[in-house]
Amino acid sequence: MERMPKWADVILTPLISLALAFGISALVILAIGESPVEALKVMVQGALGSSYGWGFTLYYTTNFVFTGLAVMVAYHAGLFNIGGEGQAALGGLGVALVVLALPWPHWALALPAAAMGAALFGALWALVPAWLQARRGSHIVITTIMFNFIAAALLNYVLVNLLRPVGSMDPASARFPAAVHLPKLSDMALGLGIEWGRNTPANVTFFVAVAACVLVWLLIWHTRLGYEIRAFGKSEPAALYAGISPVRITVLAMLISGALAGLMAINNVMGEAERLMLNAVEGAGFIGIAVALMGRNHPLGVLLAALLFGFLYQGGGELALWTSIPRELIVVIQALVILFTGALDNMVRMPLERLFTALRRKGA
Amino acid sequence: MDFATVIQILDSAVRLMTPLLLACLAGLYSERAGVFDIGLEGKMLMAAFTSASVAYATGNAWLGLLAGIGGAVAMAGLHGLASISFRGNQLISGVAINFLASGLTVLLGQKIFGLGGRTPSLSGAARFGEITLPFADTLRPVPVIGPIYAELISGHTILVYVAFAMVPLTWWVLYRTRFGLRLRAVGENPASVDTAGVSVTRLRYGAVMICGVLCGIAGAYLATGISAGFVKEMTAGRGFIALAALIFAKWRPWSALFATFLFGLMEAVANRFPNLDLGIITVPSMFMNALPYILTVIILAGFVGRAIPPRAGGEPYVKER
Repeated sequence: MERMPKWADVILTPLISLALAFGISALVILAIGESPVEALKVMVQGALGSSYGWGFTLYYTTNFVFTGLAVMVAYHAGLFNIGGEGQAALGGLGVALVVLALPWPHWALALPAAAMGAALFGALWALVPAWLQARRGSHIVITTIMFNFIAAALLNYVLVNLLRPVGSMDPASARFPAAVHLPKLSDMALGLGIEWGRNTPANVTFFVAVAACVLVWLLIWHTRLGYEIRAFGKSEPAALYAGISPVRITVLAMLISGALAGLMAINNVMGEAERLMLNAVEGAGFIGIAVALMGRNHPLGVLLAALLFGFLYQGGGELALWTSIPRELIVVIQALVILFTGALDNMVRMPLERLFTALRRKGA
Repeated sequence: MDFATVIQILDSAVRLMTPLLLACLAGLYSERAGVFDIGLEGKMLMAAFTSASVAYATGNAWLGLLAGIGGAVAMAGLHGLASISFRGNQLISGVAINFLASGLTVLLGQKIFGLGGRTPSLSGAARFGEITLPFADTLRPVPVIGPIYAELISGHTILVYVAFAMVPLTWWVLYRTRFGLRLRAVGENPASVDTAGVSVTRLRYGAVMICGVLCGIAGAYLATGISAGFVKEMTAGRGFIALAALIFAKWRPWSALFATFLFGLMEAVANRFPNLDLGIITVPSMFMNALPYILTVIILAGFVGRAIPPRAGGEPYVKER
């Protein structure tokens, strides 16, 4: 018997968790002597109050959609991919290598190739932990954490010793040629005769992210592989009994997950920085965990949660600019969202289940 | 490389391994009891902040240490609440704790001190001073043994000696006491412990709290022992290196001493020789920094002896009804 109606499970519990996370965040703001209402106003105004704000919000959203989808796909296979950070960093390396290798005549040609490079490098970085989990039984959480650090060291080495242009001091690759600069959403709007979001980094990758949501939805719920991934994630012995190979599913799910995390690089490396820099991912890989948890591991949920975190990220930047609240408030909110929607899920769920059971008994 | 340089590097390795050792033993208690803890980093960071703040306010390093332990234990309590009482995902709870500490320390630091997340630098009694062991200066001229005793063994803060003393103590608690036996049992097969009439919940909370105390000492050492005050993100991944060391040590106390010494030594060598010239090839410092992680992956892969975690690790215990 279902303990709770579906709508309560899908909508009510995440909303209550979110309310708890925001409530405590408000208390934190009060504790440091600021007004939560004022802070919210600054954030809404800064992130959503102008097309300029939206331009940044959508840029961050794009990053978080990719990393959120990455965590989500692995989660369906019962794997916790905490290595989005490293996979996205390697994705950046893939983008830089592809873009700098050939004299691309047009961005429309370079984008698919760069996306392939990003996905390939991200996937390869997830392959080793996946294979180790599947074949050698080493815990994927630990190996992916280790791979985040190894990725940071590797990227540091590559940027300082190999990709850095002669005579340059900062550890970054050469600038990408103008021909491969991705069109910004503001340029596209201007093409339609609309003045929107000048000087903002949101770019065409946003549409790639939305398309990725649709594709992941199709993959998980409408393909044979998706069925196998979900079956394996629900029960490994049952999947094995049904003839599903654990090694194959673990490796495939992690390859897809790593590829999605890697794809983030076409937004931040190709679309925004237009060169590969150190620490380009800026924690987006970890925010993917919060996004996937918040979005209940559904692409639509991931998209909405990514938008929420895009808003928080841009709003947090504005807070640091206009008030004395540091940017790190966002990290606290992110932690609370992960805590309440992820680890303390049962705290919200158990009383709700009791409530619905009691209601049903009364009705019967 | 002469003898004096070797002693200097070893001395630096001892300083660098201390927080790793404390955090590693902290994780050992928690994970041996079946509660995975990837939040060592966050607990240490929180402890570093609270200890530095209180040490600055009171001018007393010991009160700072107490505050550090308090900060880490509060975080450990949260982890216990999520993973033991509410049977949530222990890994997700650990991730949340790392972020919570990372954000709260800067937020509170900025509010209290207004220095962008730092605490003012500590001096005098607000820091743990270096202890000169008896006869260190008299023995110094003795060849070989003199420098080893005077430089390497003597001249550390009290917390370094506490950390080293924790190794035999942990071994004794784990393998020679009733509490230790139950703690190990609850990490392997909680149902059997429950059947014997011992509370799984209370044992696990006990282990998680010990973990908090040790992380607290580690954080206090970082902020008031090895450096003079708290700096944003000052743990810099040490919690994860400690986690790596724990796996490297296969969840055993004496091996933990060896593993953390190895990782401390690597850091010391990387600090001393940014580009290590081995004649044929030059090893870049990035490689030395990544080496603990690479070694852990190799160990995890089971190519060099297999690391098998406690069997009930990561699984919340649900009492049979």
